[in-house]
Amino acid sequence: MVSENKIGVYICHCGHNIAGVVDVEEVADYAKKLGNVAVTRDYMYMCSEQGRNLIKQDIRQLGINKVVVAACSPRLHEQTFQGVLKESGLNPYLLQIANLREQCSWMHEPGPLVTEKAKRLVSGAIKRVSNHVPTVPQEMPVFPATLVIGGGIAGIQAALEIASSRHIVYLVEREPSIGGHMAQFDKTFPTLDCSACILTPKASEVANNPYIRMLTYSEVVDVSGFAGNFTVKIKRKARYVSEGKCIGCGICQEKCPWTTSSEFDAGLGLRKAIYTPFPQAIPNVPVISPEHCAYFLKGKCRACEKFCEPKAIDFEQQDLYIDLQVGFIIVATGFDVLDPSAMTQYGYGRLPNVFTSMEFERLCSPSGPTGGTIKLADGRQPQSMAIIHCVGSRDKNYNAYCSRVCCMHALKYSHLFKEKTKGDVYQIYIDMRCFGKAYEEFYERVQGEGVTFIRGKAAKVNKSDSADDGEKLIVSCEDTLLGSMVNLPVDMVVLCVALEPRKDTDQLAKLLHLGRSRDGFFLERHPKLDPVSTMSEGIFLAGCCQGPKDIPDSVTQASAAAARALAMIAKGKIDVGAVTASVNENICSGCKVCNALCPYGAIFFDESSKVSRINQVLCKGCNVCGSTCPSGAITTQNFSVSQIMAEIEGVLQYERI
Amino acid sequence: MQPIVPYKETIDIIRSAGGEQLYQCYQCGLCTGTCPWNLVRSFPVRKIIHQAQLGVVDFESEEIWLCTTCRSCVQRCPRGVAIIDIARAIRNVVAEVGVAKIPDSLRLSIKNIAGVGNPLGLAPEDRTEWAADLKVKPFKGSGYLYVSCCIPAYDPGVKRVARATAAVLKKLKVDFGILGTKESCCGESVRKAGNENLFQDLAARNIGNFNQAGAGKILASSPHCYHTFKNEYKDLGADFEVFHTVQLVSELIRGGNVKFTKKVNKKVAYHDSCYLGRHNGIYDEPREILSAIPGVELVEMADNRENALCCGGGGGRIWMETKKEERFSDIRLQQALDAGADVLAVSCPYCMLNFEDSLLTLGKEGVIEVKDVLELVSEAL
Repeated sequence: MVSENKIGVYICHCGHNIAGVVDVEEVADYAKKLGNVAVTRDYMYMCSEQGRNLIKQDIRQLGINKVVVAACSPRLHEQTFQGVLKESGLNPYLLQIANLREQCSWMHEPGPLVTEKAKRLVSGAIKRVSNHVPTVPQEMPVFPATLVIGGGIAGIQAALEIASSRHIVYLVEREPSIGGHMAQFDKTFPTLDCSACILTPKASEVANNPYIRMLTYSEVVDVSGFAGNFTVKIKRKARYVSEGKCIGCGICQEKCPWTTSSEFDAGLGLRKAIYTPFPQAIPNVPVISPEHCAYFLKGKCRACEKFCEPKAIDFEQQDLYIDLQVGFIIVATGFDVLDPSAMTQYGYGRLPNVFTSMEFERLCSPSGPTGGTIKLADGRQPQSMAIIHCVGSRDKNYNAYCSRVCCMHALKYSHLFKEKTKGDVYQIYIDMRCFGKAYEEFYERVQGEGVTFIRGKAAKVNKSDSADDGEKLIVSCEDTLLGSMVNLPVDMVVLCVALEPRKDTDQLAKLLHLGRSRDGFFLERHPKLDPVSTMSEGIFLAGCCQGPKDIPDSVTQASAAAARALAMIAKGKIDVGAVTASVNENICSGCKVCNALCPYGAIFFDESSKVSRINQVLCKGCNVCGSTCPSGAITTQNFSVSQIMAEIEGVLQYERI
Repeated sequence: MQPIVPYKETIDIIRSAGGEQLYQCYQCGLCTGTCPWNLVRSFPVRKIIHQAQLGVVDFESEEIWLCTTCRSCVQRCPRGVAIIDIARAIRNVVAEVGVAKIPDSLRLSIKNIAGVGNPLGLAPEDRTEWAADLKVKPFKGSGYLYVSCCIPAYDPGVKRVARATAAVLKKLKVDFGILGTKESCCGESVRKAGNENLFQDLAARNIGNFNQAGAGKILASSPHCYHTFKNEYKDLGADFEVFHTVQLVSELIRGGNVKFTKKVNKKVAYHDSCYLGRHNGIYDEPREILSAIPGVELVEMADNRENALCCGGGGGRIWMETKKEERFSDIRLQQALDAGADVLAVSCPYCMLNFEDSLLTLGKEGVIEVKDVLELVSEAL
């Protein structure tokens, strides 16, 4: 307790936001009469320079030693006013904000009771701040290495950025090769750059950069620690091929007699049991999938071993677990595409020649199952194609959000189809979302190539029962611009399926204490002002794992995430907030109720001393633990019992003057 | 064509029935594409929704009477627009505000329901004629209150459904009774055709009479009655447990309480009625029953389950005239024939009426039969 409280109370009008509903002068008059209050002022915009100067002046001239600002939510300006106190030589925690906006004027219609409520809120803040004590934030050193989870274009970009600052970065990728979905694409919009051609130079650099430790065919299985000091356990899955010995000659793949469906080719092509997912794989070291290998299934074959000159095949290899020390983590795990099998009306899986977007990419790609020729199921070349937009996107029955990239890739498919087959292309669309740089121009160009646009959401796809149509599919929809039903006979249909969060997003979210937004993607700290960081200090997001986006935006976000990590590495230290909870170990009974409640995973139980302890870096001072502890063993700075009780007294023991 | 001006009053009336989702329609046209009417003629559902958004619905158009409330559109709408409710609200403006005339064919049935509690205009005292020789007991508060629906009660071609149902229930020793003259039309088609006031009257009357009789469990033969008692009477304070006959019978079969003694050697195609299927998610129970009947080979038609093609009877259309070339039930009957079925099994009296009609129109008597699921059960017991 400070010996003599001299509290300055500042009521903000916030333009009309507060003053339009609350009688701010009346509140200021009322506050003046309360105990320990040395001065009260009301002003238009307290957060402005003039507003802040009022406080500074009073501290200097009147010896104000504690401050109450009655204004908007502390989420907006608590830091601003803490800064004012700091600049004036006061401890920044000798401040209390009364929220007269979000908790008062914005909640109610104007009336006498609203001003009464404002008075009570201010009275509570004054009583509370009387019990504030100076608090000093802590600092911890950071480990200057970074972990990037996911080796698609976003992960690759983030890794390259960090490596360019000569700091170590670990790039963990669960597939045998880095490249992600971008490696599966044929050409990319709007430039029609060949995807592999622009990706491979970056991916090669990742492999050769001395600051990047590339860990492919590996997964993150455990994360502990806190911002600046994470310990991450990585499982390096057994390839059954020695990365050090393999020279990438490819003979093992040639000689392997066992084939299975290729995941990289979206199930359209085949791969061997020992395989690299695509020719430009990085690293160019194959893996054996035990579920498809005759040796693992039946103890036979071993052809790969026989033909491997450098003797790199090792059937005895085991999964390897390693621990990494990193300061920061960038999550770049990408997306999955929706499986449209449940949409029986579109015939995917039931009718031949109905493809998803990813399958069509593989059909067009020179490294794909048909060498880049678009072929129907029976081997014929198609003469017509319909592209159906919004399959599982913008649809309450599947995903309410828009997947952002499909209008553009649909245009790309029109172009590729025309180029390869000279056939007819129909776009069955609802809107054309061509928002990016050179995107609208691409739309115009593709239209000019002779693509037909029909506005309507496709209702169904059926086999034609007309003899003239042969093996054609009929796409039915309403052309909403004509107001007429359309039955379109085409050779093949491509469904623009939604981009969805990865199937295991839940598991990764739990490991890293990440939230998920309503659409299922990882939750960013602020959708507009901070789409790169998360509520977990030191963990950042890049690419589609945060929401569907195109390659330019993924690259941008990855660079941003890398910059955030590098900023913290450059600082060398991390600020631990002063408002944290701590356990009085003499009182703690070891009941562990608080452990499970902490939303940030900051509380751990010390088995040897049988008490709970709170990690000061992870703790965000929410006080869920403190309010639950049955022994009263936990105190949170600035949320002590005396402070909270004082605030309650201030609000309730209000006397009408 | 004159430029239009949005008309707020109309928008408000329709919106209060359709909810805010009316504004959320983004005019994708999936409703039009999915609506079975567009197999036989043009019916721009989407356009009517946009007209509703602007308040410029053409109340005099015959198109607003087309909707059969089959729910195919609502099921797929990406924005969750309550299309059926909007259609009903539009019809309500015509029927009760009087801005246009309701179709003549509908008018007579509505008048009959209002006057004597059944659409055929027959005497209320004759409502239990179908059960005269079956020794069906009057409902006295125990067991199920069996509500046959006006059509099985009065229509000579559909009485066999009520009779087969009563026979099955008796054989399976189910405790049930009928209410007789105290029962009126459930009012479902009346409400869907826009006559909200008449519906409220019928509902209040029925709920009062059911409660007075001490009804706790209601058993319905018609999916329309089932849906209305279960979902719509609830909003008016009713508190009954409602079952459709296929639910009860399938449960008894699952419990091992049904002994079939005869074979029904037929290929049977089951037609999913809109009000059991899309409206209430009941697809498996009728199939379970049919598969359990010895001798029956269950075949599936194209467009089954949630994709089932409406027979054309809902939304009050069972009382209206449909042009010969525009009948969905003709298409559906052909689908049953294409699937190789000897019997088209139904679970709704409206479907039965429509398919019997199609049988004649397509000249398929003797080639395929239309039977209610309960009739097949009765034949095998």
